[in-house]
Amino acid sequence: MSTEFRSNVAHALKQDAVQTHLRTVVDRLRAHRQGALSDDAAFEQLRNRCEAIRADAIRRLPDLLEQFESNAQRNGIQVHWAETTLQANQIVLGIMQQHRATFLVKGKSMVSEEMGVNAFLQSHGIDCLETDLGEFIVQLADEKPAHIIVPAIHKKRREIARLIHGHFPGLPYNEDIETLAQSVRHFMRDKFRAAPVGLTGVNFMVAETGTLCLVENEGNGRLCSTLPPVHIAVTGIEKVIARLDDLPPLLNLLTRSATGQPITAYVNMINSPRRPDDKDGPDEVHLILLDNGRSRIAGDPELLETLHCIRCGACINHCPVYRQIGGHAYGTVIPGPIGAILEPQKQGFNAAAGELPQASTLCGACAEVCPVRIPIPAIINRLRWESVRKNQQSQNSRPVVPGAGSGRKPLEALIWKIWAWCCTHPGIYNRLTKLATRLRNRLPADMGVWTAVRKAPKPAQATLHEHLRTMNIDHE
Amino acid sequence: MNDARKTILDRLRLAHCPDSTPVKCDDQNDPVDSVLGSDERIDCFINRMRAVRTEVHDASHDSWLDILHGVCQARSLNNLLVSPHTRWGAMIYAEIRRFPALKDYSQTIEDWKPELFTAVDAAVTGAYGGIAETGTVILWPDAHEPRAMSLVPPIHVVLLEKSRIYNSLTEAMRIQNWTLTGMPSNVILLSGPSKSADIEQTMTYGVHGPKELIVILM
Repeated sequence: MSTEFRSNVAHALKQDAVQTHLRTVVDRLRAHRQGALSDDAAFEQLRNRCEAIRADAIRRLPDLLEQFESNAQRNGIQVHWAETTLQANQIVLGIMQQHRATFLVKGKSMVSEEMGVNAFLQSHGIDCLETDLGEFIVQLADEKPAHIIVPAIHKKRREIARLIHGHFPGLPYNEDIETLAQSVRHFMRDKFRAAPVGLTGVNFMVAETGTLCLVENEGNGRLCSTLPPVHIAVTGIEKVIARLDDLPPLLNLLTRSATGQPITAYVNMINSPRRPDDKDGPDEVHLILLDNGRSRIAGDPELLETLHCIRCGACINHCPVYRQIGGHAYGTVIPGPIGAILEPQKQGFNAAAGELPQASTLCGACAEVCPVRIPIPAIINRLRWESVRKNQQSQNSRPVVPGAGSGRKPLEALIWKIWAWCCTHPGIYNRLTKLATRLRNRLPADMGVWTAVRKAPKPAQATLHEHLRTMNIDHE
Repeated sequence: MNDARKTILDRLRLAHCPDSTPVKCDDQNDPVDSVLGSDERIDCFINRMRAVRTEVHDASHDSWLDILHGVCQARSLNNLLVSPHTRWGAMIYAEIRRFPALKDYSQTIEDWKPELFTAVDAAVTGAYGGIAETGTVILWPDAHEPRAMSLVPPIHVVLLEKSRIYNSLTEAMRIQNWTLTGMPSNVILLSGPSKSADIEQTMTYGVHGPKELIVILM
C-alpha cells in the first residue's frame, strides 16, 4: 500500500526537527486565536451570522455571481470566467502578452497556487515574483507553501537566513528576523516600482457593489494592486457575498480565527481601475473567476458546505494529523482538514489527493473551531463512502466526485458484508465473539500494516455479554 | 470565455438549490457592536491603535499643527508630501515656514515614480473616519490624496477628527452610507504600520508598506 500520500507521510514523520518546529509555531497560532476569543457568547453569535452569510451566498451563487459581474463591469473591472486552471492561466498569459509584459509581481493567493500560474508563465518566458515574505521564502527554496496563512511555517529562521544569504551574497549573513525582513523589503522596492503587472488573490467579492476585498498585513497586496498599470485578481467563484453589510462580521471572524488579530493591518477594497481624476492606481483591473470543480461540488446538498470556507486556516492549526505530517505531505495546494475534503472533490478519487479523506482521526477538532461551522468530519465520512460506493445502486444520488467507487475492493466489500450479516444474527455473533475471547492468546502478533506501528489487538478474557451476565444484567 | 461563463452558470443553476430565497439569521446585530460613549470610544481607538505600534497623539483643533511640527522635528524630516487642496493641507501650507519642504502629489504617478519611491520622507493625509473596536483608520483616497500616499513613503501621518470615530465598521458604513454614495476606486482600512509574522510567527514591522504610522487626533 505504498501510495504517494503514504510515502509522503513516512518521509514527513522522519523529519524530527521540522516536526518539533512546526508544533511550536502551530501552538503559537492556536494561542493567538484563543486569546482573541474572550467572549464566548458573542463569538457564537458572530459564527451564527457568518455561517448564514456563507450558506446564503452559496445557495444563491449563480444569481450573486451575475449581480457581482454586472456591478464590477459597471465600475470598469473586466471580468473573465475560467472553467479550468488551464483556461485561467491562458487568460493571464493573454493579458501579459497584450501588454508585452515579461514579469509580474504577485501577492499571496491560494487560487494562483491552484492554477500553478508561476510555472505556466515561466514556460512562456514570463517571471513571477512572490512578494509576500513567506511566499518569497518558499519561492527562493523552490518549494510549495506548507500552510495557507503562514506559507513558510516549516522553516526556521536559520534556514531562512541561509536561503537569503545564498540568493543575495551581497547581504551579510544575519539571523535577526527584522534584518531579514528589511533585506527583503529593500530588494522588492525596485520590483514594485518597475512591475508592469500585479497579480493578487481576493478574500471576498461583494455582489451589491462589485467590490473586491483583500486582507493582508504586509502591504505587498496593496502595492501589487496599486502601482502596476495592470492588476489581475484571481479567485474562486465561491468567494462572493451578497452585501457590503456582510463584510464586517466576516472580516472580524476571519482575522481572529486565522491569527487572533482583531483586524489585519490592511483591508483593501477595490472598486474600480483608475478613474479620470485619479493620479494613481492601475488603468486596468481584471478579475478571473475560476471554477475548477466548484460548480460540480455545489450540486451536492451535503458536499457544498465545503464551499463555505473562508480560508482562515483554523482547522489546519487544530488538526492532530497536520501537526504530525505538516503541509507538504498532503501533496495538495490546500493541506489539513479543509484540504482533505476539498482536494479529493476537485481532483477525484483516482488522483493522489483521492486518498486524503483517510488523513483524519475524525477527532472533530476542525469542526469545533471552524468559524463558519463546516461539518468537516461528516464530509470526510461521506467522501470515504463515496470512494467505495457501488455506483449503480443509487440512481437518485448521482456521484458528484470523479472516480466515485474506484476504491471499492471486492474482497473488502465481501468481508464487510459478512461482518454486517454476523452483527445482525445474534446467535452467530455471540458464538464468534466467544470464540475470539477463547483464542485470545493464539492470535498472530504480526498483522501486516496494522502491527508495523502498533501492538496487535488482544480480545478480552470474556465477551461483554458474559460480563453483563456475571453482573446480573441480562437485558441489553 | 463566454462559453466558460455559460457552462459555469448553467451548471450552478442545474445544481440542487431550487430555493434561492436568502438564508436568514436571527443574529442580525453585529454582536461585537458595543456602543461606547464618546470618551470611551476615543480611548478604545487610541489603545487599539497603540497596541499595533501606532503613534497616536490626542491633540485638538488648536494643537494639531504644533504636534505635526514636533513629529517632523523628532524625525528630522527633510520633506513632507501633503496636498494644499484639502482643509488640513491648506492650513499646513499656510504655515509653510515651520515645516520641512512641502511636496504636492500634483501629477500622475508615472510622472514621478522614482522621486516618490526614493525622495519622500513622509506623507500626511486626512482620514474619512476611525473605528474604535478594531483601532482602524478609514482612508478614502481621491485626486488630492492618491492611494500611494499611504503606501509608498516610509512614514504616514494621518489626521483624524475625533467626531468621526465610530464604534464599528458596520456603524461607519451605515452612518457614512457607503453603499449609496459612490465609493472611490479604492477604500483602505488601516490598522497599524505594515507588519509580518511569516518568520516563526514573530512579529516584525515595516515589511512592504510604511514602517511608521502616526495618527493625530483633533
